[in-house]
Amino acid sequence: MHLSVAGDLRDPAWRGRVTAAIVFLALLLPAGYLTEFNPATLWGEASLRALKQFLGSFFPPAMSPEFLKLVAEAAWKTVAIATVGTAIAIAIALPTALAATRILSISRIATGRMAALPALVRRAIRWLLIFLRSIPEIVWAMIFVRAVGLGDTAGVMAIGITYGGMLGKVYIEILESADNQSTKVLLQNGAGRLQAFWYAALPVSLPEMMSYTIYRWECAIRASVVMGFVGAGGLGQQMELSMKMLAGAEVLTMLLVFVALVWMADMLSALLRRVFA
Amino acid sequence: MSYAAGAPALNEISLALAPGEQVAIIGPSGAGKSTLLATLACALRPVAGSVQVLGVDPWALPAGELHALRQRLFLAPQLPPLPPRQRVVHAVLAGRLPQWSAWQALRSLIYPADAEIARAALARFRLEDKLFLRCDKLSGGERQRVALARLLASAAELLLLDEPVSSLDPALALNALEVLQGEAGARGATLVVSLHAVDLALAKFPRMIGVKAGRVVFDLPRAQVTDELLADLYGAELNASVQALPDEPSAVLKLSRCT
Repeated sequence: MHLSVAGDLRDPAWRGRVTAAIVFLALLLPAGYLTEFNPATLWGEASLRALKQFLGSFFPPAMSPEFLKLVAEAAWKTVAIATVGTAIAIAIALPTALAATRILSISRIATGRMAALPALVRRAIRWLLIFLRSIPEIVWAMIFVRAVGLGDTAGVMAIGITYGGMLGKVYIEILESADNQSTKVLLQNGAGRLQAFWYAALPVSLPEMMSYTIYRWECAIRASVVMGFVGAGGLGQQMELSMKMLAGAEVLTMLLVFVALVWMADMLSALLRRVFA
Repeated sequence: MSYAAGAPALNEISLALAPGEQVAIIGPSGAGKSTLLATLACALRPVAGSVQVLGVDPWALPAGELHALRQRLFLAPQLPPLPPRQRVVHAVLAGRLPQWSAWQALRSLIYPADAEIARAALARFRLEDKLFLRCDKLSGGERQRVALARLLASAAELLLLDEPVSSLDPALALNALEVLQGEAGARGATLVVSLHAVDLALAKFPRMIGVKAGRVVFDLPRAQVTDELLADLYGAELNASVQALPDEPSAVLKLSRCT
């Protein structure tokens, strides 16, 4: 009969977890204090009245045929801006991710360490991606509105650049967190980097990359609305007009259209995931 | 091809393989068989000592030439390296990648370029009906044979296989080994196979290398591999594990059957 010492059964990970939880809370609380976050202010007398007035003007949604036609056109434009912008983002993200990901490094095969030059190039590309995405799309939109004038082109370029940076970073992370044995074996047997990507890394990571891209497309639809406020085309430009004219009913109609668009994006994502699962 | 000394997992190893030779590596788990194969495949760089693969020292080559050298060898790891969502036809044709340009590789993904090569390779392992299935629809043994069919599709001259038949039943394992040996012979390729099934190694390979604890214990023609040598190769390992588990007599019984 063997009785192990009680100490042997203690989970060695427990201490670390408790510490992490305490540190997390210790960081979160000052952040809440800094933002003066207090849910109670939402329920104050004055707040409630203002909110009620504002939201009251929303009902019923504007349904006149001319306005619906206008919204449909703007919505179509928003989808087009988001789609073309996301396509540009993919065109930026895929090559940069391929160039920057460690799993396609040939110099790393035998030593586990990349050679100095490739490591430097990969670092530089990561910095480029950080630069692209650290400037918010609305700022890019303002810059491009100045450069190419009011309209959709500014929105498309702003989304393309910012989202290119985001997609590139996430593609790298998806590629590197997947099971990469098949990629490694192809490189070990003399395949090229692109070949190893197409024949191993891509089939392993495709569904993850695709569903994140679709989610980004959904975000691009929302973002193109915000950018419309600075004149970068689509539903947002229309919404700004309606808000300026205090036409709450029109705003509500457009919000409903947003919900429909995001719902569509969600369905598309589910469909593609099923096809490529 | 010669090989001397090695990484921490291997020690004071010195061996040479003639072109076209067929060799089995045997030894207990963790002995360094996989490390030895990876070193021969230029997939691991030894800390000390020298390696020559296909007549050259890979680690003296510039990066581009080293990678070109890798195109002439085929290392098959123990676990079949197949992306689950990839279709069998592409998994097999991946063996052609060193012969293809990047553009050809992409085109073949859009429409299989050499489906006939893939089908013929699969047929030799009786898997031709799986050509257009996804790899995750296959059983473990089928996956292992698809990975071997990739070898048939390749043009490599040095074939390094780590436990290539571990998931196959005895009849299939024998058949698969015969296919591989026939292919290596037809190509004039050198074949190095690590095997757990000692009887299979004895039946099929003219030369056996026994590896234990990172060292070559024997390197002999099969006729000279005696029962004592085999008992020693696996046996001392047994004694070690028996000592590690003094309170579990059942383990001794189970393990002693292996000797």
